[in-house]
Amino acid sequence: MPTYWLVLSLLVLAAVGYVLGRNRALQTAGGDTRALHSLPNYYGLNVALTSLVPALGVLIVWMLVQPVFVDSRVSTLIPDSAVPEDATLDLVMSDVRRVADGLDEAVEQGALTPSEARQLDAEATDIRARLGEVGVALGSDVRPEVLRAAQRYRQLTSVGKTAMSIVVAVLALGGLAWSYSQTHKDFRARNVVEKGVLALLVVAASLAILTTIGIVFSMFFETINFFGLHSWKDFFFGSTWAPNFRGDSELSILPLLWGTLYISFVALLVSVPIGLFAAIYLSEYANGATRSFAKPLLEILAGIPTIVYGLFALLTVGPMLADVFAKGGLLGVEWMTGATSVVTAGVVMGIMLIPFVSSLSDDIINAVPQSMRDGSLGLGATQSETVRQVVLPAALPGIVGAILLAASRAIGETMIVVMGAGAIAKFSLNPLESMTTITTRIVSQLTGDTDFASPETLVAFALGLTLFVLTLGLNVLALYIVRKYREQYE
Amino acid sequence: MNDMSRLEKAVDTRQTKIAAKNVQVYYGDAHAIKDVSVEIEDNTVTAFIGPSGCGKSTFLRCLNRMNDTIDICRVEGDILLDGEDIYDKRVDPVQLRAKVGMVFQKPNPFPKSIYDNVAYGPRIHGLARNKAELDEIVENSLRRGAIWDEVKDRLDAPGTSLSGGQQQRLCIARAVATEPEVLLMDEPCSALDPIATAQVEELIDDLRKRYSVVIVTHSMQQAARVSQKTAFFHLGNLVEFGETGQIFTNPKDPRTESYITGRIG
Repeated sequence: MPTYWLVLSLLVLAAVGYVLGRNRALQTAGGDTRALHSLPNYYGLNVALTSLVPALGVLIVWMLVQPVFVDSRVSTLIPDSAVPEDATLDLVMSDVRRVADGLDEAVEQGALTPSEARQLDAEATDIRARLGEVGVALGSDVRPEVLRAAQRYRQLTSVGKTAMSIVVAVLALGGLAWSYSQTHKDFRARNVVEKGVLALLVVAASLAILTTIGIVFSMFFETINFFGLHSWKDFFFGSTWAPNFRGDSELSILPLLWGTLYISFVALLVSVPIGLFAAIYLSEYANGATRSFAKPLLEILAGIPTIVYGLFALLTVGPMLADVFAKGGLLGVEWMTGATSVVTAGVVMGIMLIPFVSSLSDDIINAVPQSMRDGSLGLGATQSETVRQVVLPAALPGIVGAILLAASRAIGETMIVVMGAGAIAKFSLNPLESMTTITTRIVSQLTGDTDFASPETLVAFALGLTLFVLTLGLNVLALYIVRKYREQYE
Repeated sequence: MNDMSRLEKAVDTRQTKIAAKNVQVYYGDAHAIKDVSVEIEDNTVTAFIGPSGCGKSTFLRCLNRMNDTIDICRVEGDILLDGEDIYDKRVDPVQLRAKVGMVFQKPNPFPKSIYDNVAYGPRIHGLARNKAELDEIVENSLRRGAIWDEVKDRLDAPGTSLSGGQQQRLCIARAVATEPEVLLMDEPCSALDPIATAQVEELIDDLRKRYSVVIVTHSMQQAARVSQKTAFFHLGNLVEFGETGQIFTNPKDPRTESYITGRIG
């Protein structure tokens, strides 16, 4: 029985359970809902959840565990001699799975009877051709060991599936029967459902956290693979980024880190003053009417996709800068060779960050108690004196936190730098030269034809992990500062 | 005996510091203060009492134009400080607020050191020519705020680290440091415990020697203890204004009597 039928029947069972539970509760109360401990719906929900949730949980876990278990049992059938020199056990196992799936497919389409499929002989039949007929393409002829393993694989899988169906059905029916027998007018169904809701929320929260941990781990293992192939000294302390496919690449993060930090610095140079002043104007000076249209207008900037900013950098800002600084430009200097440069990407990224900085700072400035402003104005200070000497110092830790958050966004930004900054990794102080960043290199290392066993590809994971650690550090620092600031007016 | 007669004489020659005539205040369409006229004398503590929402704080905030910071607030009528209209176009509200200091309901020290809190006003108004003078102003202000002895050893500590009563006295010292002529106090003791309240009340009585003090209070006992003149506000009207003793012992208006005996408010 395919799994979706199983899931569907579970859902039907739960629906039936809902109706049964609800009716039974009403019945025990003699049809008077006031005599029930909980509302009738809760009794129905209790029965439905008790039959559905454990069964579904076991189903999911079973489906995750079974392939791993079957793989480990089947792989013992393949002798070391059956593994070709240029392949690994993993590759042979994927062949085994393909053959097994192919046979299943053939049986389903009627090309083979189940017993024929079980008794196939690798020597006598051209399995590759037979499977080709039903649309399963194999890379090579099927060897006897592989066929034997595939048969074993099919057998274990089908036994597992049957067992799973039985266990799940028993759980669902058992849950239904048990909770149905519990249903009575004094049963506290409401409290049980409340616990169920809590469990649901906890699961959702842990999923989010576990996914993050999973991402970090997957990067972490690939990074370890990378450092197995490439010297960590070159990665962290080398001076050149020059990947090639001859096997002697120089893969140092430093030129990329320099580009990343330089561009982020320019972006902050643009976004922090403008964003902060905009926030001060909006929160301290603007009247209600101005505020009510200026603030949403500013926040529209935050809704523009970064690729659009990238186009803006490529088509507008870059050429404009080139008109001024490149050869034959307004200044008659030749500081810029193309449209892509640190300033191009930095300025556009800065524009992108303005609403980010301004809306965070605005919130923080608004959190400064009005009594501070009253105190200062009451002493005869002007509004700008009040802002400069009382409001901003009070809000400063929060504003620093906002700036750090903006910085971590700038460091992780990809699209704008891909389009605006260029692709040359180098150390240079000239902001009008092309440079490249960690994120753009990750993109270029992973796009196109990639071989996941070469350091040139795996370096992307090491870069990604470094980037992650960098932005995580900035975020933690920012949150720490913001939290410290919050305690100040207690 | 001689001293007493001199004091009597001083009381007799008190001058009018602030004269308000037919003041109307509107918040948008709401008429918050209706036709209030009052004369506040120099070297006197004047108390504004009345039930919540009667307009006493609003009126107080008119006296140093703090209501200007509220967009929808509109003030009509004349308020004269030493004979000059404070709502005249030529008057700079910022200068005015330096002359008419204010202490708020909740102690609001800036998140700066105690020293910087007090030095804030003198610094922005340029009252000190050098560090030594500023030190002197800070010390004198803290002494007048009756808090010098408690903080003289930790002037660098943040103002927010003090207790509530100390913070309020620090705020009074801060207001005093700009050499104001009038001190407005908006329920200065409502966030304080009884001991801190007693200290602040003692201080208010002391401040009367140099300043004209106007205090808004919810506590009738407090008004009776610290003030010489009392004004009773009700629903935006000034119901009765007179000597504190007379208001509390022999009120002319039945509403005043109801309020001080606890029947309204």
